[in-house]
Amino acid sequence: MVEIPSGSADAVPTAEVEDVELYHPKSWWTKYVFSQDAKIIAVQYSVTAISIGLVALVLSWLMRLQLAFPGYFAFIDANHYYQFITMHGMIMVIYLLTALFLGGFGNYLIPLMLGARDMVFPYANMLSYWIYLLAVLILVAGFFVPGGPTGAGWTLYPPQAVLSGTPGGSDWGILLMLFSLIVFIIGFTMGGLNYVVTVLQGRARGMTLMRMPLTVWGIFTATVMALLAFPALFVACVMMLFDRLLGTSFFMPAIVEMGEQLQHGGGSPILFQHLFWFFGHPEVYIVALPAFGIVSDLISTHARKNIFGYRMMVWAIVVIGALSFIVWAHHMYVSGMNPAFGFFFATTTLIIAVPTAIKVYNWVLTLWRGDIHLTLPMLFALAFIVTFVNGGLTGLFLGNVVVDVPLSDTLFVVAHFHMVMGVAPILVIFGAIYHWYPKVTGRMLDDVLGHIHFWITFLGTYAIFFPMHYLGLLGMPRRYHELGDTVFVPPSANTLNVFITVMALVVGAAQIVFLFNLVWSLFKGREAGGNPWRATTLEWQTPQTPPAHGNWGKDLPVVYRWAYDYSVPGAAEDFIPQTQPASGGATREVVA
Amino acid sequence: MNVVLIFLAAIGAVIVWWLAGQRLMSKPWLETGIALPETDRQEPPSAPAVKIGLFVFLAVVGAIFSLSISAYFMRMAAGDWWATPVPRLLWANTVVLLLSSGALEWARREARHDRMDRLQLALAAAFALALLFLIGQIQAWRELVSAGYVLADNPANSFFYMLTGLHGLHILGGLAVLGRTTVRVFATDVPRDSLRLSVDLSAIYSHFMLAVWLLLFVLFAGWANDFVDLCRQLIS
Repeated sequence: MVEIPSGSADAVPTAEVEDVELYHPKSWWTKYVFSQDAKIIAVQYSVTAISIGLVALVLSWLMRLQLAFPGYFAFIDANHYYQFITMHGMIMVIYLLTALFLGGFGNYLIPLMLGARDMVFPYANMLSYWIYLLAVLILVAGFFVPGGPTGAGWTLYPPQAVLSGTPGGSDWGILLMLFSLIVFIIGFTMGGLNYVVTVLQGRARGMTLMRMPLTVWGIFTATVMALLAFPALFVACVMMLFDRLLGTSFFMPAIVEMGEQLQHGGGSPILFQHLFWFFGHPEVYIVALPAFGIVSDLISTHARKNIFGYRMMVWAIVVIGALSFIVWAHHMYVSGMNPAFGFFFATTTLIIAVPTAIKVYNWVLTLWRGDIHLTLPMLFALAFIVTFVNGGLTGLFLGNVVVDVPLSDTLFVVAHFHMVMGVAPILVIFGAIYHWYPKVTGRMLDDVLGHIHFWITFLGTYAIFFPMHYLGLLGMPRRYHELGDTVFVPPSANTLNVFITVMALVVGAAQIVFLFNLVWSLFKGREAGGNPWRATTLEWQTPQTPPAHGNWGKDLPVVYRWAYDYSVPGAAEDFIPQTQPASGGATREVVA
Repeated sequence: MNVVLIFLAAIGAVIVWWLAGQRLMSKPWLETGIALPETDRQEPPSAPAVKIGLFVFLAVVGAIFSLSISAYFMRMAAGDWWATPVPRLLWANTVVLLLSSGALEWARREARHDRMDRLQLALAAAFALALLFLIGQIQAWRELVSAGYVLADNPANSFFYMLTGLHGLHILGGLAVLGRTTVRVFATDVPRDSLRLSVDLSAIYSHFMLAVWLLLFVLFAGWANDFVDLCRQLIS
């Protein structure tokens, strides 16, 4: 027990941070369409990302139908199958997850959680969204051009990505994909500058870094990583465009295509892999770190308990961010490399599990003896922990060269990364939407529909990806359009495949319930009030709900405490908002 | 990938240095109130947001170039590489870019002292010189092409055109901003503070692009290889 004298600092003048001049929209167009308000931009980002994500969901259905019932669906030929794989992967990883976490949640939460009126560069922020939309449109255009979208796999490995044997390789498909990625990266950089500088410069008085909610820490670190990692993809895309359009040989070795010697020669496909995975591995954590941060806040709020080991959580986020830049080659074990390198990358991969495990322990310890409310955000957070641990543990297997090499081309890998960076972050996104929807719209999402959505999604995705590990161990290869008669795959495995497909259809259909809920609650949902979850962080303390333009009314908020004062002994309520001065609840028990 | 790892290490060092000043060891759950040591003291106003934004942006640009240079070295290891000759003109271009950067530094000084006439001159000179650099680069391309060193013939050529092109595009972007600043200087109703900031930012950007160009020049001239060889010998 440590006595904290109540500070004499109650009467502090507000606004040490210079109040920024806000751009005030004059027409409907500049207010809702070409808006410079981060909150509107966040909604635009989210709606676009979820819409394109639904396309990717349908693509996954088509793939699963082909895998379970090969030959029944004549229109899914091998080319289409590869196009579906490619577009599904690329959309989900970049255009849905990255855009939604950073562009959607980042835009909405960073200014509100830090007590800022808006992002520091609102105009660039607006451009960022429209450029992102342009990238999405270019990507979608791939479906409508001759030859269709690229079928090179989401990793776009050359040389096959730009050869005529691959769908879209010698047509428009690969070009549109590369252009779209380049445009996306340009747009993201504009947004990313905003997120970083807003965290650095836009914080309200009293909001030190160590008082920021972990959500902001996660998004901030992920943005820094993305700003440093996306250039690798940018460079790779530009060089591949040169190879494809101008006949250079950055990545293209000497190659004979259809009996004809191409003019390329000497290029290194491995060079592309290095560049791609130098982006690709941090990308995993670009998606995971915001999820880590958000889930920490969900758990703390809905278990009415301060986050366990806040400092450790912050350090872990930063350490994971740093380490994720030196593990990239563990995606390239099967490409062959010096055993010493393999050893190095296996070691770093295992080391990164340490801070990650610390986070998991801290979440569990936060729950321990907490006043757990099984609200929908909490259910999704719990589901995330379970799924993430499961997917993370198989990552430890695959991080080892000797285990990875035989498993690399099987469904085991598919099951692993879908659990760890597919389902787990998506569960957090759902939890976060159920959590913050009342702030965005002023109305609660419907609980019954939410529970239907949660249970089908959680159990369903488990039913999809858990058995898939088993198929992988059997040796069932990934990326195959059709297995045919294969000796080592027993008939029971095919039955399991059918089961997985049926579950995929069910889980996909359950998302309709969610979408319906989103729209229905917008008009008919229960009024939420300003702070329905009785949470401490600043976004729940806005004068209006939904927050008005400028967020804070006349005066900027002042922050007096960290973000996790839940169930403080002696306090009148089980939460103390960050804006409440120290006079009340002066004596506090210290859990150290 | 050594180059980019070195670059990242530098960025990492900056981040660590910055984090070290952020009281990461503090125990926020024990500290209530606003009388925290760092908010208590009257700090001088930190750098304006645009300046921080520019530095972050330069980190991104730096990542792009260090990745390209990494790729350059990795591709160089393949057997089909023969170096592209460096056109003489590049020397002249380098001097022009140096002068442009110098003019901006001069402009920065004049802006600080509010000497508008000279500021106008300095900015106009910087703009013209940067433009001249770009024209010179295009001329260098034409010389190379007419000498038979075309883009797709050899990876060294490909890298030369790609990297100079990428650098040129960045200069072009800088020119757009610099042009806007120059126009603003000739207008009378622009507040001095914002003008000074604009000149400052343009100067920083220009110095950075100059540094990138010098590195690229060293790379194309082949001195970088000698340096790498030297390092290898020292290690082995």
